[in-house]
Amino acid sequence: MSNTSEAGRQPGLRFRERFPLLSLITERLVLSVILLFAVSVLIFGGVEALPGDFATTYLGQSATPQAVANIRAELGLDKPVVTRYFEWLGGALQGDFGKSWASRNSVSEQVGKRLGNSLFLAGFAAIIAVPLAICLGMLSVHFRNRMPDKIINVVSLAAISLPEFFIGYLLILYFAVNFGIATFPATVYEDMGFLERIQTIALPTATLVLVVLAHMMRMTRAAILSVMSSAYMETAELKGLSAGRAIIKHAAPNALAPIINVVALNLAYLVVGVVVVEVVFVYPGMGQYMVDAVTVRDMPVVQACGLIFAAVYILLNMVADILAIVANPRLRHPR
Amino acid sequence: MNDFTKYLAGRVTAGGMNRREFMGRAVAAGVTLTAASQLYATSAEAQTPKKGGALKLGLEGGAATDSIDPAKATSQVMFVAVRTWGDTLVETHPTTRAPIPSLAESWAPSPDAKVWTFKIRKGVTFHNGKELTTDDVVATLKRHSDGKTESGAAGVMKSIKSIENKSGDLVVTLESGNADLPAIFTDYHLVIQPNGGVDNPTAGIGTGPYKVKSFEPGVRMTFEKNTSDWRSDRGFADTVELITMNDATARIAALSSGQVHYINRVDPKTVPLLTRSPNVQLLTTAGGGHYVFIMHCDKAPFDNNDLRMALKYAIDREEMVKRILGGYGKVGNDFPINDTYAFFPEGIEQRKYDPDKAKFHYKKSGHSGSVLLRTSEVAFPGAVDASVLFQESAKKVGINIEIKREPGDGYWSNVWNVQPFSASYWGSRATQDQFYSGAYLSTADWNDTRFKNEKFDKLLIEARSELDQSKRKDMYREMAMLVRDEGGTILPMFNDYVNAATKKVKGYVNDIGNDMSNGYVATRIWLDA
Repeated sequence: MSNTSEAGRQPGLRFRERFPLLSLITERLVLSVILLFAVSVLIFGGVEALPGDFATTYLGQSATPQAVANIRAELGLDKPVVTRYFEWLGGALQGDFGKSWASRNSVSEQVGKRLGNSLFLAGFAAIIAVPLAICLGMLSVHFRNRMPDKIINVVSLAAISLPEFFIGYLLILYFAVNFGIATFPATVYEDMGFLERIQTIALPTATLVLVVLAHMMRMTRAAILSVMSSAYMETAELKGLSAGRAIIKHAAPNALAPIINVVALNLAYLVVGVVVVEVVFVYPGMGQYMVDAVTVRDMPVVQACGLIFAAVYILLNMVADILAIVANPRLRHPR
Repeated sequence: MNDFTKYLAGRVTAGGMNRREFMGRAVAAGVTLTAASQLYATSAEAQTPKKGGALKLGLEGGAATDSIDPAKATSQVMFVAVRTWGDTLVETHPTTRAPIPSLAESWAPSPDAKVWTFKIRKGVTFHNGKELTTDDVVATLKRHSDGKTESGAAGVMKSIKSIENKSGDLVVTLESGNADLPAIFTDYHLVIQPNGGVDNPTAGIGTGPYKVKSFEPGVRMTFEKNTSDWRSDRGFADTVELITMNDATARIAALSSGQVHYINRVDPKTVPLLTRSPNVQLLTTAGGGHYVFIMHCDKAPFDNNDLRMALKYAIDREEMVKRILGGYGKVGNDFPINDTYAFFPEGIEQRKYDPDKAKFHYKKSGHSGSVLLRTSEVAFPGAVDASVLFQESAKKVGINIEIKREPGDGYWSNVWNVQPFSASYWGSRATQDQFYSGAYLSTADWNDTRFKNEKFDKLLIEARSELDQSKRKDMYREMAMLVRDEGGTILPMFNDYVNAATKKVKGYVNDIGNDMSNGYVATRIWLDA
């Protein structure tokens, strides 16, 4: 770039100055696509590096050399790795994720069902956990270092310290086996009504809420507390605002960015990180689906699941960043 | 169970004997009191099956990768599923394991057992309304045996030369004589499908007592009663639901809270806790499945038979049955056959933990240093613990076993049948011939001990076509001795099939053929209101 040109002449820069948010989103979207490519290469390489291919692992102990050879030939496993990757990529770019090697069903259809289940459970847990965590965080700031604060802290820390499967088992033992008031297993089916569905997922939802609550709650508390110690909060207090009003009006908006970040992280976890809860409650979500596929090296399924998981993470992080910028005017106009 | 007790049980079922009389005579015949009591209960229940109800089974061993195609049925869930919607040509008797007619009405071999003629049952319809024909049978068997097959039954079908429809009869010609051909056709992969399932292998259309209603791999499979079933002595519930539950604790919780009626794979360690629940009954069946430590007879240091013998004497079988199986099993004798097989060679001396003999053979082998045993939790339940027990008992006689714990993922493709000394398991097979042909014949695909013995191979081929029963039994004894004293298999235990049900479940048949009442559980049990 020549030193005589003005910054305003560069179309990219002008665009960026005029629409800082839009350009940020575009930039992020382009990066996301590149990232997804990288993820697909990594997953493909990772599964390739695992010992055994689909034919041997799927047939397991009952594999005969002939049957293994037949499966390899049919699925084209005898072709070079690079060829197979680009064949898969060609299909994926046209929206065709292929068929599961194992069940020979369409991957998109299967993933659709499982993803729906995962999002349903995660969404439901989030609807309860996020407001609850933020309210509890604010409460514990309000009662800082007094009894309610301590109780909230101890209980939520205890919940996060227990492994999630253990919380699950405890809930099953008391609510399903001993009292018999909750549904178990929490398996949902296509032909289930909405209310029945909610009733069925009560226990896994409760488990997930307990698992993610403490993290978000403590971050809320810490963020608000750090804001509270700043000069403008002192001013607010000196000018006679009540504590509650000061928290909601002055502290909360400034503390939003870190809270949004931790919420996004936990939401992503709720979608992609709950295999154990799925297994314990026999819930047909994405996690179990992917684990089953990895076990037999069912590449099309593994790829589709991996990409969706990556996309969920990327998307939620992007939303978190954007919201943080929107919430904080200072970030909107970078110098 | 001996023949006399079987006869007694038969009389109870026929209604000709009360409990006291049965117990008295069975105990007099040498059956233990609890066994007699159980036997009476199962026989008496056989009288009055109740129809109706929605039967739910919570099963371990399903995955999102399951396929409804019987050729690809490998998981436990799909094993039960194909038995629920389909029929094979031949079934096995639950207690004697003799082949009994199913879709094949009768059969007869040529004198050299090379050509077999099967009469196919008339008047059987598929779930889609089409009538079963011999052509369907031919197409099915061909799909599992031709060169392009990906079937799990490909191994047992290898000896078949041709499959033909000769004026309505199925005629199967073999490469060499095989007296056990009907037993091969009991294999659960070989469910008869319309036109062999060639057009649509995953249609789930068969002739079984239940029709497939919905299937979500790794989640659940639902069935409804086939109202035009050709048999009336099975399929009592209105609907059947197979729910995949891979978590042991989840299965037990679901059973004790009554949400499912039956579960498989109960961990022996949890049995005492489970049976405390008032609504639960334990269902255990002796079977031919076994846990093994396998040595490659052709790789150093295991190419030395004295070292192999030393290791065989250095394992404490009784303790393993007690600690690993919780008592639900029997000690093994280093050959893969037990009394659940026809022609079982009785009276072979039981090999025991014998430090003196172990030391003697170890010294004779001249081996020094440690031997490396590879193990993994997937080899069999409790395999890592069993390996440690083996290590301890061997240490006492001066043999140093080094244990390497391998990842479960990929164990069957990288460790088993590859490494010279590893832990593994075997399921039951229909006949001794099928077992030995699959795993002990020199040329067998799964000869995981690299046992290559000309005498053994010759005996196996001869016994296969031998129609004289007593001669055949002698041959199997000789083969068992060869495997026991020269083979690479250390076989400490045969495991029982341990399942559980709620007390509402009646009519469970203890089928020695395979786990879960040989897969027929859903078609045989009924719900007592």
